[in-house]
Amino acid sequence: MMALLSRDLALAFRAGGGFGLSLAFFLIVTVLVPFGVGPEGGTLARIAPGILWVGALLACLLSLDRIFALDHEDGTLDLLATAPIPLETVAATKALAHWLTTGLPLTLAAPVLAILLNLPPSGFFWLTASLALGTPALSMIGAFGAALTVGLKRGGLLLSLLVLPLYIPTLIFGAECARRGAEGLATATPVLMLLGITLGSLALLPFAAAAAIRVNLR
Amino acid sequence: MDLTVTDLAIARGGIPVLAHVSLTLRPGRALVLRGPNGIGKTTLLRTIAGLQPPLAGAIGLPAEDIAYAGHADGLKATLSVAENLRFWARIFGTGDIAAALAAMDLKGLADRPAHSLSAGQKRRLGLARLLVTGRRFWLLDEPTVSLDAASVALFAAAVRAHLARGGAALMATHIDLGIAEAEVLDLTPFRAAPTAPAPGGFEEAFA
Amino acid sequence: MSIWEYANPKKFMQTSAWALPWVTGLAVLTLLGGLVWGFFFTPDDFRMGSTVKIIYIHVPAAIMATGTWFMMLAASLVWLIRRHHVSVLAAKAAAPVGMTMTLIGLFTGAIWGQPMWGTWWAWDPRLTAFLILFLFYLGYMALWEAIENPDTAADLTSVLCLVGSVFAVISRYAVLFWNQGLHQGSSLSMDQEEHVADVYAWPLWTAIVGFGLLFVSLLLIRTRTEIRARRLRALEARERMA
Repeated sequence: MMALLSRDLALAFRAGGGFGLSLAFFLIVTVLVPFGVGPEGGTLARIAPGILWVGALLACLLSLDRIFALDHEDGTLDLLATAPIPLETVAATKALAHWLTTGLPLTLAAPVLAILLNLPPSGFFWLTASLALGTPALSMIGAFGAALTVGLKRGGLLLSLLVLPLYIPTLIFGAECARRGAEGLATATPVLMLLGITLGSLALLPFAAAAAIRVNLR
Repeated sequence: MDLTVTDLAIARGGIPVLAHVSLTLRPGRALVLRGPNGIGKTTLLRTIAGLQPPLAGAIGLPAEDIAYAGHADGLKATLSVAENLRFWARIFGTGDIAAALAAMDLKGLADRPAHSLSAGQKRRLGLARLLVTGRRFWLLDEPTVSLDAASVALFAAAVRAHLARGGAALMATHIDLGIAEAEVLDLTPFRAAPTAPAPGGFEEAFA
Repeated sequence: MSIWEYANPKKFMQTSAWALPWVTGLAVLTLLGGLVWGFFFTPDDFRMGSTVKIIYIHVPAAIMATGTWFMMLAASLVWLIRRHHVSVLAAKAAAPVGMTMTLIGLFTGAIWGQPMWGTWWAWDPRLTAFLILFLFYLGYMALWEAIENPDTAADLTSVLCLVGSVFAVISRYAVLFWNQGLHQGSSLSMDQEEHVADVYAWPLWTAIVGFGLLFVSLLLIRTRTEIRARRLRALEARERMA
């Protein structure tokens, strides 16, 4: 498992690995929003938690098809399926690698981008915390979607269509948590729900993803 | 333990291609699969490797004893030769890659990134992967594609050494590798007969 | 005699061929009965006027929209566990029907919402949940379309249906929570069934039964089409091989 994780991380950081692309996308989306809704600080501050959550979600979506597609093309997935580590572990490890290269940087970048949207500093903590809790679920759900579409030649668009509805509960609770945090309201309920979704996804979706990969390999 | 295949029937894309295939492979032996294109050599190897379920029949060998090498080598272009090999060694829980590098004459290339290798060199790296799996039964699908004469000899020597260590190899290839222990199995007689549709029946539409 | 006998495509084709005219006829009768009764022989509501009559389409369609997804879930489970092709083909056949029912529910809701709430659309929890359900139908059907090999498609869509069901249920509750967070005390509650008077209830139940029969009839027709399409594929494949 560590071997797979370190290889995936090495691949992401080498040239052509695509690391940083989703971060740049996140930045651009955030910069575009004020052009769309106007520069008025109060409005921006009010919608900032939601915008940042949607932006992070879309940035996460961008790199999903790389999770399994590259390994499928060059035959690595066939070889991994006959290797001693179970495919469930492969799926979970790849989701973890995706989170480390996408979700974690997005989480860390969010407070910086929040400044651009006039979010008061009191909201930074819950924004970061909600993203830290929610983005692992985004990666795991995305890995499941990527496993479903791995055999398809142009699976990218379909992948978005399949994954985005599955993202809705995570987005609702995550953005709600960040919004309540920014407004100084109690955040216990959305935090617990978010945590529940993340833990549930991590516990169950590796099995669904591995099943989908097995079907796609035969 | 032997690799035994009993009365196996397999399908490609939902269409039966081979039926009633039976074979036995003992440690120390090699078996070469022959047959025209499309007969189902690749499908047979993938089925034995456990990548797809057979239509019927049994495969008497745990998948944990098999190392499979398909058309694609599973190499990462941005990783070096040694890194690629070390990854597989760690996945299979075997440590040393030096012997495998030496056996496939890759020592001088160890630090080169895989994208700078020629097709034949990539193939040699893919075959070196078999050596680090530490598994006894090799399933090889066209292992000599894009290898030059010297590399084929190198590969044949590696297979022979593997057989001498008690390993076994089942391969689909058109070249004569000059391995004395190798038997040949022609798959042509096992071609699945196209069955006529039963009148009015729907069950067979879902074979 | 076991229920699994009908999983045999041949047996299914025979039985459905016999049942189809009866189910379809009964569906037309109950639907017409319920709708005519509801539209022309019930009084206008004192508050909502004649707009209340859209209830006879809106509510049955909404019930069918969710019911169809549960039927697909059950059929997908049967396929994953018992590998009966008819089951998964029925799930595939049901999806467009369910999606259409969802759309009908959404459109009639908008038409009804305009005079009642003064808006075509509100992010009411129930409306939102149906919109999300529509997206799930869309994804399920898109996955079926995208995959060439029918057995691969059957397996993957079934897994998607399973996982999607879990997330659809979570979404349903997430939306309830989210909406409360936005406007305190939902004034746009749509729990009509609870305060529907008897004079509306009987035609409504008739219409619901009619929609149910219509669904079964469409499901049988579409499943038969899918089975025939699969048989055609198999025959063509055999032709090419021979």
